[in-house]
Amino acid sequence: MNREAVIAVNRFGLGAAPGELVAASRDPRGWLLAQLRGPEPAYPQLAALGGSDDLLKEYPRWLMSMRAELRRGADAASMQDRPPQGIEQRFGKHFFPLAAKEVSARFGIAATTPVPFKERLIWFWSNHFAVSAIKPTVVAVAGAFEREAIRPNLNGRFSDLLLAATKHPAMILYLDNHLSVRSGFQAPQAPGGANRPRATGLNENLAREILELHTLGVNGGYAQGDVTAFARALTGWTVGGLVDTGFRFEQRRHEPGPQTVLGRSYAQDGIAQGESILRDLATHPATARHIATKLVRHFVADDPPPAAVDHVARAFFDSGGDLPVVHTALVEAPQAWSQALPKLKQPIEFMASALRAVPPAREAKPEALILALREMGQQPFSPPSPQGWPDTAAAWANADGLWKRIEWSSALAERIGTRVDPLALAESTYGPALSDATRLAITRAESKQQGLAIALASPEFQRR
Amino acid sequence: MTTRRNALLTLGGLAATLTFPSLALAQGTPGERRLVFVFLRGGLDGLSAVPAYGDPDFARRRGELAIAPPGEVNGALKLDGTFGLHPLLPEMHKLYGAGELAVLHAVASPYRERSHFDAQNLLENGTGKPYGRDAGWLNVALGEAAKQGGGVALGASVPLVLRGSAPVTSWSPSVMPSPAPDLLGRLEPLYRGDPLLVRPFMSALETQGLMAGQGAGGGGMANQAAPFVVLAQAAGRFLTQANGPRVAALDFGGWDTHANQAGDLGPLARNLRQLDRGMAALRASLGPAWKDTVVLVVTEFGRTVAPNGSRGTDHGTAAAAFALGGAVRGGRVIAQWPGLGDRDLHEGRDLRPTLDVRSLFKAALAAQLGVGEAALESKVFPDSRGVRPLEGLFNG
Repeated sequence: MNREAVIAVNRFGLGAAPGELVAASRDPRGWLLAQLRGPEPAYPQLAALGGSDDLLKEYPRWLMSMRAELRRGADAASMQDRPPQGIEQRFGKHFFPLAAKEVSARFGIAATTPVPFKERLIWFWSNHFAVSAIKPTVVAVAGAFEREAIRPNLNGRFSDLLLAATKHPAMILYLDNHLSVRSGFQAPQAPGGANRPRATGLNENLAREILELHTLGVNGGYAQGDVTAFARALTGWTVGGLVDTGFRFEQRRHEPGPQTVLGRSYAQDGIAQGESILRDLATHPATARHIATKLVRHFVADDPPPAAVDHVARAFFDSGGDLPVVHTALVEAPQAWSQALPKLKQPIEFMASALRAVPPAREAKPEALILALREMGQQPFSPPSPQGWPDTAAAWANADGLWKRIEWSSALAERIGTRVDPLALAESTYGPALSDATRLAITRAESKQQGLAIALASPEFQRR
Repeated sequence: MTTRRNALLTLGGLAATLTFPSLALAQGTPGERRLVFVFLRGGLDGLSAVPAYGDPDFARRRGELAIAPPGEVNGALKLDGTFGLHPLLPEMHKLYGAGELAVLHAVASPYRERSHFDAQNLLENGTGKPYGRDAGWLNVALGEAAKQGGGVALGASVPLVLRGSAPVTSWSPSVMPSPAPDLLGRLEPLYRGDPLLVRPFMSALETQGLMAGQGAGGGGMANQAAPFVVLAQAAGRFLTQANGPRVAALDFGGWDTHANQAGDLGPLARNLRQLDRGMAALRASLGPAWKDTVVLVVTEFGRTVAPNGSRGTDHGTAAAAFALGGAVRGGRVIAQWPGLGDRDLHEGRDLRPTLDVRSLFKAALAAQLGVGEAALESKVFPDSRGVRPLEGLFNG
C-alpha cells in the first residue's frame, strides 16, 4: 500500500473495495488507465431496467389517470378554485419505486464494479449534462439518460457524447425543446384538452444551456443573438407521442433557412443544421478549456491548478475531443498526485465508498439509500438545476450535511457492525493516509459497531 | 395608474419625512432584530407574482399569461390601482393589508446577462461581478454587525450568500436517528484535526442541541409535501432561541418556468402556494419576534414580458421582490414603474430595471444588523457608493 494508491482508489475511483488498495499499489496510474478503454462490463443490474422508449409513457399515463380522476371527482369550476389535494404526495408515491430501481442498479454497480474510475467518469459526465427528476416530465427517464446517453459513449469523442445527450428525450424534455417551434407553427392539440402543452414559438432554454453549460462556458464568447439563432436551428428536435415515443426530428416544426452562430452561417436543411452547430461547438477551444476546468475541479482540486487545466485542455483540443485521451491526460497531470486528500466527497461518493468498503452494507434497501441521500442534500438523479450538483467543498462542507453523514454511518453500524472488523476496514481504504487519532479512536471503540461508525464518520472517510 | 412621475414623488415624499437609516440606528438596539433572506432560485416571473394589471400594455403583452384584474375570476389580489398579487398569495395579501408587506417591482441586481448561475453568484457574493469573491454579502455583513452573532441556513447546504468567515450553521429535518452522544464525543478530537470540517462539525453539535426533538417525524415520501414550509417554520424556531442566530437564509428553487407556467398543476402555482404558506408559517413560528423581523424575498432575475412559444417565459431582467415582517413599513408598492410599452422594455423583451436590489439589501442590513454605511459601501457591497439604501422602508 502506498500513498499514490490511496489517491488512485479514493480520488479517481469510488473508494476502496476490500483488496483494491493493495491491487492498485503496484502501479496506481496503470491501474487507472487500464480502466479507460475497455468495453463496458456486462452489468447484470442494468438488464432489469426498461429503456426510455417505454419509460417515457409512464408520466403521461399517470397524468391522464389523475386528470380523469379529478374530472370524476370535481367539476371544472371548483378545480380552478382549490388545488388538487395530495397530488404531489401521490406523484411521489407512484414514481418512487421506479427511482428505487434506478438507484439500486446505479449503486449496485458502484459498490462492486472492477472499473470504478470509469464509473466515476460516467457520474461526472451525467452531472455535466445534468437532467433532473425534479421536473415531473423527466422523472421516469432521468436514470435512463445516464444508461443510454452517457454510459455507452465514453470511449468515443466528446462530439458523440454531446449529440447523444442533446438528442436524448430526457434532455429534450428537461430543457423544453419539444415546446420550441418555428414562428407561425401551430402544434396540434395534444390529447387531454385545452390545458395541455401546446407550442407556438421559440423556447431558448436548451440552446442557452448547451452554450453556457455543456460546451463553451458562460464566458465562451457567445451573445444573445447566438442563443436565439441556435434555438431556431434546434426547432424540430422533439419527442414522439404516447405510442411512438423517443427522440425525433420534425421538419414541419423546424425554422427553415440559414442560421448564424458564432459568426458562422449554417445553411443545412433540417436536423443536419443543429448537428453541424453541435459538432463545431464540441471542438471549439473555449469548450476544451471549459471541460478541462470542470474535470480538473472535480478530480483534482476545488481551485483547479492552471497547469493541469492547460494540460487537459491541450489534450482535448489536439485530439479533437477524444475522451479516452482527455481522461488519460487528467490522470497524467502531475498536479493530480501532489496533494494528499484535498477534495471532499459528495454525498453520493461518500455512500458509494461505504458500500464498496463494507460488503454487508450493500444489503441496504435502495429506498433507504434514496432517503438518506436526500437528507444529505443529494437525492440521486435530482440535481437542483441544469448546472448539476456543485463540485466544491464550500457547497458540501456544512453542519447539516455532515451531521446527516454521521447519522447514516451510525445507523448503518448499529445494523451490521458486528460483522465488520473496523480497523481492517479503515486500513484497507485509507492505509497510510489514516491519521493516528482515527486509528486510535477505532482501536479504543467500546464495540465493533462504534468502531465502524467512527471509521465511516471519520474526517478521512469524507475525503478523496 | 401610477405614472413614473407619481412613483418618484412618492419616494421623494418618504425621503422628506423619514430619517436616514444610518442616523436612526444610532438610537436603536439592533441586537434582537432578525433578518431572513429567501432566495427564489431560477428566476421569478415578477409579472405573474405581481401583475401590473393597471398598465395599459399589460394584458396585450402578457397574452395568455396575463393575470386578470382584481374582481374577475382568478383575478389578482388588489394592491393599488396598478398592481395586484397573484391569486395564490392570499396570506401575503393579508400581510400587505396589515402594513407588514412591501412589494417592490422592476428590481434587479447589476447583472445584465441571462445566465442563472452567474446571476445567482453575483447577487449572492455582493461584489457586482460573478465569482467576485468566495463569500456572500450576508456573511460579510454579520462580521460588520453592531452585535456579533451567527447565521443559520435552513437546508442541507449553505447558500453562497451566507458563506464566509462569520460562523454559520445549517439545519434540516432528518428521518434518521440521532447518533449516540458517546460516538460524537469520540469523533470530536478527530474533527478538531481537520481544518475544513472542524467548523461544520462543531456547528452541527451546537445546532442539534438547539433543535433536539425536531426531527421530521414519520419519514418517507410524505415529508416531501412542502419542504419550504417546513424549513420556514424551523427558521422561526432558530431565530427565537435565546442566544440563537438572528439571521437566517432559505433557498427555494424551481422558479425557472420556461413552459406551461400558468397551469393549475404548473410549477409556478406549486411554488407560489408554498411561498405563501411558508411566509405564514414563518410569521406564526416567530411569534412576538415577528415585530422585530424583516424578511427579504428576492430572485436572480425576472423573465421575459411576453410569453415564449411554450406558454412559459424565458430569462429576463427585472423582477418583483418582497419585504415582509413587523419591522417593515409595508402596505405599499415601491416601484419607479418603467412601463410595458414598445420603447419601455429592456432590449425589447424584458422588464426594465429601475431599482437596484442592493438598495433593499443595504437598508435591511442597516436597520436589522446595524451595519454602518461605510462598511455597506466598501466591504459588504464593494464599490457601491452610488447605490443608496432605500429610505423609510424599515422601522428605525
